[in-house]
Amino acid sequence: MTQPHTILLFGITRDLVGQNRVAVQLPANSRVADLMTTLHEQYPALAGIQSILVAVNSEYADTDQLLNPSDEIALIPPVSGG
Amino acid sequence: MIFLTQDPIDFNAAYQHIQAGEAGAINFFFGVVRNNTQEKSVELLDYEAYGPMAVREMQKIADEACRRWPVLKYIIIHRTGTLYIGDMAVLIGVSTPHRGDSFEATRYIIDTIKQTVPIWKKERFNDGDVWVNATP
Repeated sequence: MTQPHTILLFGITRDLVGQNRVAVQLPANSRVADLMTTLHEQYPALAGIQSILVAVNSEYADTDQLLNPSDEIALIPPVSGG
Repeated sequence: MIFLTQDPIDFNAAYQHIQAGEAGAINFFFGVVRNNTQEKSVELLDYEAYGPMAVREMQKIADEACRRWPVLKYIIIHRTGTLYIGDMAVLIGVSTPHRGDSFEATRYIIDTIKQTVPIWKKERFNDGDVWVNATP
């Protein structure tokens, strides 16, 4: 039984995938690390980015954080503001 | 005050905002678009932000600056969209009773913005474009 999650993409991750958001099916009780494994399988181009962080509901998330379908999830490639 | 904007940054309005009667020092930092990087000529920069999270992260940085230094008022403005050489990309202003604290607080804010705030810039050269910091 999988659940749909929407992932927002920015910067180079959006360019590599070619979309500003993707839908991913994950088993219930999946964690951030599971999401990244699935994304790397579905979008191998993302593996070229060394350090992608994940934000859940606008906060940086640890790899063991649980994900809910209602969460707003975003990939955060290395930042370069300023 | 903290916000993102697609419009040119209004320095005079920012200055008005951080004036305070107790302030003996007002320090500003402007980040501007430079015409080169690693000896390559830059034509323009495209800035993109994860808006709600970017504002939240900048608020955390400002709150920490207020804990560390006696900040009276502050303002942080970051632009998004396409910027050209010489355009102001970021403005940080801090007022404090004495000058040393305003220098230190301003530097802390810009240095930390560059580390944690989800804003990205893409440099456009005459032979293509590159997301800054994105690839080894």
